[in-house]
Amino acid sequence: MARRWGSIPPMPVEIDIAKVAALARIALSDEELAAYGAQLGVILEHAERVQALPTDDVEPTSHPLPLVNAFRPDEVRPSLDRDDVLAQAPDAVDGYFRVPQILDGP
Amino acid sequence: MSVIPEGWEAVIGIETHVELQTRSKMFCGCRVDFGDDPNTAVCPVCLALPGALPVANEAAIDGIVRIGTALDCTINERSLFYRKNYFYPDLPKNYQISQYTYPVCEHGRIVVDVDGEPTVIGITRVHMEEDTGKSLHMGEGGRIQDADHTLLDFNRAGVPLVEIVTEPDIRTPDQARAYGAELQRIVRTLGVSDARLEEGSMRFDANISVRRTGTSELGTRTEIKNVNSLRSMQRAIAFEIERQIEVLATGGTVIQETRHWNETTGRTTAMRSKEESEDYRYFQEPDLLPLFIDEQWRDRVKASMPELPAQLRARLVAAGADERTAGLLADSPLLAGLFDAAVRAGAEAKTVASWLTGEVVAYARRVGTTVDELSLTAEHLVELAAMVAEGELSATAAKQVLAGVLAGEGGPRQVAETMDLLQISDSGAIEAVVADVLGEHPDALEKIRSGDSKPIGFLVGQVMRATGGKADPKMVQEIIRRSAGR
Repeated sequence: MARRWGSIPPMPVEIDIAKVAALARIALSDEELAAYGAQLGVILEHAERVQALPTDDVEPTSHPLPLVNAFRPDEVRPSLDRDDVLAQAPDAVDGYFRVPQILDGP
Repeated sequence: MSVIPEGWEAVIGIETHVELQTRSKMFCGCRVDFGDDPNTAVCPVCLALPGALPVANEAAIDGIVRIGTALDCTINERSLFYRKNYFYPDLPKNYQISQYTYPVCEHGRIVVDVDGEPTVIGITRVHMEEDTGKSLHMGEGGRIQDADHTLLDFNRAGVPLVEIVTEPDIRTPDQARAYGAELQRIVRTLGVSDARLEEGSMRFDANISVRRTGTSELGTRTEIKNVNSLRSMQRAIAFEIERQIEVLATGGTVIQETRHWNETTGRTTAMRSKEESEDYRYFQEPDLLPLFIDEQWRDRVKASMPELPAQLRARLVAAGADERTAGLLADSPLLAGLFDAAVRAGAEAKTVASWLTGEVVAYARRVGTTVDELSLTAEHLVELAAMVAEGELSATAAKQVLAGVLAGEGGPRQVAETMDLLQISDSGAIEAVVADVLGEHPDALEKIRSGDSKPIGFLVGQVMRATGGKADPKMVQEIIRRSAGR
C-alpha cells in the first residue's frame, strides 16, 4: 500500500469559512467571516509552502516528541463527588445532567 | 429463511461496537461499572473539564490487539488517535477520541457457516475509541421524537470501545446473524467483554443495499440502528432488503439515510435526515502519543490466545461429535469442557455428546437453572459411559441414572444401585436362571434344538421376568442358544 506513515491527506485550497464556523457552532458576523477567511488563507498558503519542500528523505512524524505509548496501568482512581459535579451544570435532576430536548442523533 | 426474491442480491456490511470490560476507563482512572448510580464514575477527563488530559489504558490496547489477532488481522505497528468532531449532549468534549487512518488492526476475516456453507467475511478494520454517555429521553413514551428533555449519565463516557467493521461481503440476513453470533462468541472467549446485546456492551449497525443479480455496481445504502438482539438484526435486515427491493421494483429510488428498527412494529423507519452531510473534521489527537505495537507485543498476544470457537468446534468434531452437536457444545464452555475431559478419559464421544446436548440441557431447562450451575462432573460421565459399555446399564437406564446424578442423588453407580437399575452382567448368575427356565419348559427347548427359533423370544421373556428385567437380553439370548446347542 502506498499510504505513508504520518502523511496528511491533501489540504483543500479553498476553505468555506461559513461552513467551518457552522460545524464548530461559532457565530460569526460578515466582517469576522472575511477577517478569519483572510487569516486562514495565509495559514493555508504557509502549509502549501511547507508541503512543497523536498521531504522524500525525511521520516514523517505525527507528534513533535519522539515518544510513543504513554500508557497508564488499568487501575481505578477516585472519581469526583457527584454533588460537586452537578453543581457546575446549568440544570440537573435526580443525579443526572438535564438538557433540552434533542431532535436528532449524531 | 430466504427473503430475497429471484433476480436480486443484497450487499450488507456490519459495524459492531464492543465495550471492553477493563477495570478503569479508556483515558482516565474512573471505574467501569454499569450498575452504578448515575454520574458517580466521572472525573475531569471524562467530563472534559478544562485542562484535563487523557492517558491511554494499556489493558484496553492489549484488548484490541487480542480482538484483532483473533480476527486474523494485520496488527499495525504504528497507529494514531484522532478527534472525531460533532456536537451531541452525550459527548462532553464535543469530539470523540477515535481512530481514522492508521487503526490498530486491519485486513482480517471471520468464517461463518450457514446451512453447512462456509462464507468468508472480510474485516476491514478494528479500531479503538471511547464510548459516549447515556441519554434518557424523558416524555411521552420515551421516544426521542416526543421527549421534552433529556437526562444524561456520564458513567459510560470514556469506557473503552472497539469498533469492528466488515467488508460488504454479507449477502443474506442469515449470514449477518451468523456473523454476529460468531463475533460475540469470539469476544467472549477472549474474555475482553461480556458482549451482551440487550445491555449494549455489544451493538450492531448494518449497512444494506440491494442490486440486480449479475450487476457489480453497488446500490444506494441505508444504515440500520437500534437492533438489540441477533434475532432483531436478522429481522431488520430482512425487512430492509424487502423494502428497498419494493422501492426499486416500483420505479422509486432508495434514499441514503439512517433508519431506526422498531422491534414492536417489525419495521424500519427513517430518522430525521440531516441538513448537512456528515463532516467530522477528523484530525490527529494532539494530547495522545502514537501507539507502537512491536513484534514482541504481537507475539505475546498470539501466544496467549485461548482456543477460539472455530478451533474448539473443529476439535469436537474430530473427537467424534457431529457438526450440529459440536456447535451446541462449543456454545457452552462448561459443556465443551465436560465433553473434552470425558472423551479424553475414554468415554464414547457420541454417547457423551448426546447426553450433554440432550438430557443435561433439558434437565437444566426443566429445573430453571443454567448448565453452569449443575454439579455434573466429567468423572460422572466417564463412569456412566463405562457402565453402559460394560453392559451394566441399558441406554434407557443410563438416562434415568443421569437424571438422578443431575438431581444430586450421588454418583452414577450409587444412583443405579439405589434405583435398582443395574443389569446382571455376571454370566454365571444369568446361566443359573436360564437353566431354571429351560427346566420348566422342556418342550420349548426341544423345539429350538430341532431348528425352530420361535420359542427363543418366549424364553428370553421368562428369564427377564425372573430377573426383574435386570438381565442383559442379548446375553440371555446367547446363553439360551448355547444351551440348546444352536
